[in-house]
Amino acid sequence: MSPEKGNDLPESEYSGCLKTELTLGLPGGLETPKSGSKRGFSETVDLRLGSSCEDEVSVSTPPPSKAQVVGWPPVRSYRKNMMKNCKYVKVAVDGAPYLRKVDLEIYTSYQELLAALEEMFTCLTICNVVNERKIMDTSNGTEYVPTYEDRDGDWMLVGDVPWKMFVESCKRMRLMKSSEAVGLGPKASSKGLSIS
Amino acid sequence: MAYSFPEEVLEHVFSFLTSDKDRNAVSLVCKSWYEIERWCRRRIFVGNCYAVSPEIVIRRFPEVRAVEIKGKPHFADFNLVPEGWGAYVYPWIAAMSAACPLLEEIKLKRMVVTDESLELISKSFKNFKVLVLSSCEGFTTDGLASIAANCRNLRELDLRESEVEDLSGHWLSHFPDNYTSLVSLNISCLGSEVSFSALERLVARSPNLRTLRLNRAVPLEKLPNLLRRAPQLVELGTGAYSAEIRSDTYSNLAEAFSACKQLKGLSGFWDAIPSYLPAMLHVCSGITSLNLSYATIQSPDLVQLVTQCRNLQRLWVLDYIEDRGLEALAASCKDLQELRVFPSDPFGAEPNVSLTEQGLVSVSEGCPKLQSVLYFCRQMSNAALVAIARNRPNLIRFRLCILEPRVPDYLTLEPLDTGFGAIVENCKELRRLSLSGLLTDRVFKYIGTHAKKLEMLSIAFAGDSDLGLHHVLSGCESLRKLEIRDCPFGDKALLANAAKLETMRSLWMSSCSVSYGACKLLGQKLPRLNVEVIDERGPPDSRPESCPVERLYVYRTVSGRRVDMPGFVWTMDEDASLRFS
Repeated sequence: MSPEKGNDLPESEYSGCLKTELTLGLPGGLETPKSGSKRGFSETVDLRLGSSCEDEVSVSTPPPSKAQVVGWPPVRSYRKNMMKNCKYVKVAVDGAPYLRKVDLEIYTSYQELLAALEEMFTCLTICNVVNERKIMDTSNGTEYVPTYEDRDGDWMLVGDVPWKMFVESCKRMRLMKSSEAVGLGPKASSKGLSIS
Repeated sequence: MAYSFPEEVLEHVFSFLTSDKDRNAVSLVCKSWYEIERWCRRRIFVGNCYAVSPEIVIRRFPEVRAVEIKGKPHFADFNLVPEGWGAYVYPWIAAMSAACPLLEEIKLKRMVVTDESLELISKSFKNFKVLVLSSCEGFTTDGLASIAANCRNLRELDLRESEVEDLSGHWLSHFPDNYTSLVSLNISCLGSEVSFSALERLVARSPNLRTLRLNRAVPLEKLPNLLRRAPQLVELGTGAYSAEIRSDTYSNLAEAFSACKQLKGLSGFWDAIPSYLPAMLHVCSGITSLNLSYATIQSPDLVQLVTQCRNLQRLWVLDYIEDRGLEALAASCKDLQELRVFPSDPFGAEPNVSLTEQGLVSVSEGCPKLQSVLYFCRQMSNAALVAIARNRPNLIRFRLCILEPRVPDYLTLEPLDTGFGAIVENCKELRRLSLSGLLTDRVFKYIGTHAKKLEMLSIAFAGDSDLGLHHVLSGCESLRKLEIRDCPFGDKALLANAAKLETMRSLWMSSCSVSYGACKLLGQKLPRLNVEVIDERGPPDSRPESCPVERLYVYRTVSGRRVDMPGFVWTMDEDASLRFS
């Protein structure tokens, strides 16, 4: 009875950003980007409801945790997809052979985003500077400044505006070589924070 | 025969009959009426694409001008039907392309439509006017480009809720410069940007444009450009309804809205921010239909907007509206006929908003014309359902979804049998009902006893035994569609009421207890039904006959077994035993 609920994670109904992220990496390693997902539905896999179908119907105790059942509640996939704020933007790194895409909606802060970029472009590490965010390629010492193109078409330094506003207005990102980012780069010396 | 009218007169009389029911009745009177009627029927509705073949339809109704076809079962919306199940429209298009060159309208729901089909449509029907693809899939923007390029007389292109592969936003530019007959355009389902300048030019040269539903990618700042070129719009779907807060953007928007004096319907509102809502205030008094179900704005702002729409007849909204918002709605919108409240966080374990059964009770009290309800919530009581039933005996559609399966009356901890019983007993015109919460066989007894006009019933996680199913199948005289999931219904009720299935369009049962043996028996007994077992575990006869099937889909048909079944669908018919040996 009720065989369908047993074993498969109902990922297929959440055709979301997690599922569609490719994991091709730049030369240097292959790592899946850290998801930083805040979505509760990705967490629980408790399928109590599957077994209770065979038991007597219990009146007083509802299942203690929220179980994941395929197709329940009956919200159409179209609606589920539309409700998700999926904001994929291209990320270009000067000198890299191809671009990547990240979904800004799954991060909640600049730190998370930069950490994800760091994992994506594995030769890079974040250098944390007071009020500035910089990224360094430790293999050759090249410094990159994260910039983004906003709705008006202007290229801005990442980090000035509140996170949500950034997500709203960001159309694409570019990690610009510091040498090009004249006038934008930080004045203070960087404190490296390397993560292997 | 001295007492019969000449054919032309009869044909003229029949031309006033628009409903299928009436036309079907007329065609049964006598052979000559059958003949006359079939030559002048222009509109055809096929509720299940596998119930009849395109050849049969065309042979009987050679002068058809408008077809509407539905494909996959309703539960396909909730991922219960595997990919590749079927509902391909191509055979229909191919047949009609050869035989019905004067075809003008095609409306499809839950069907697989390929670019090939779209191209064939665009090239086969010179006077093609209306294409509506509702919850369809399988095509790309290239297919849309063919339609745009070739359908010179196109009036309506409506892609509502379809899944389209976005290859490029330039398909819109394929509408020729001298194409001016657009009346309705719905591209709200498209993920990526369409070429805005092409859209602007298209709108500017479409004086008859009445409906424009944009996709999320159209930015709010650009909306006034379109509105200014189409002040005659009756229905508007905005794109994303947020922008940086700037007074010139706001005033542009407000001005553009106020020029649209005919607006009756609004939708879209993705990513809506409250600051821009007041820009619409000028049009609110004329609005009869408002779809805010993608707008993640909170109750106070929702209330402010909704209560301005005094003539509202239809409201779709997220549960952010909360009970107090629904109370305000009930006080302001006395013409309300349809309410749909969708869950903002359907998978969250804890409630994120204060929306309970009380909201629905308020609306049922305050809105005398309320007839159609879809309500997602987390708690319900028999008392509330009884109140709703007593307040609104004029309900026609009542779909309640309590988010957690098998949840009892939260006040008494009893099943919700009494409450739903009151609904079916009081609402004598009820045509559609969806159940949820803790329910025993008793609720089905009430339904079988009282729901005589019920046409569609959806059941999930309910009932105790076959008796429940038996009550429904033996009692609901008007039942056409029955869909059931995760209920302990098995062979007995199904086989005892087998003949009933020939009076219905379809029956869906998944995760129930119907055995393979019973399916075979059903298929053998009733040759005019297609009894299809959907089972992704492999051939059903590789398991014992008593083993329950994963999914069962039974429907009546005049065209026999499907020829396009994928590997996980088996049809049960007289030959079943032969084929599996």
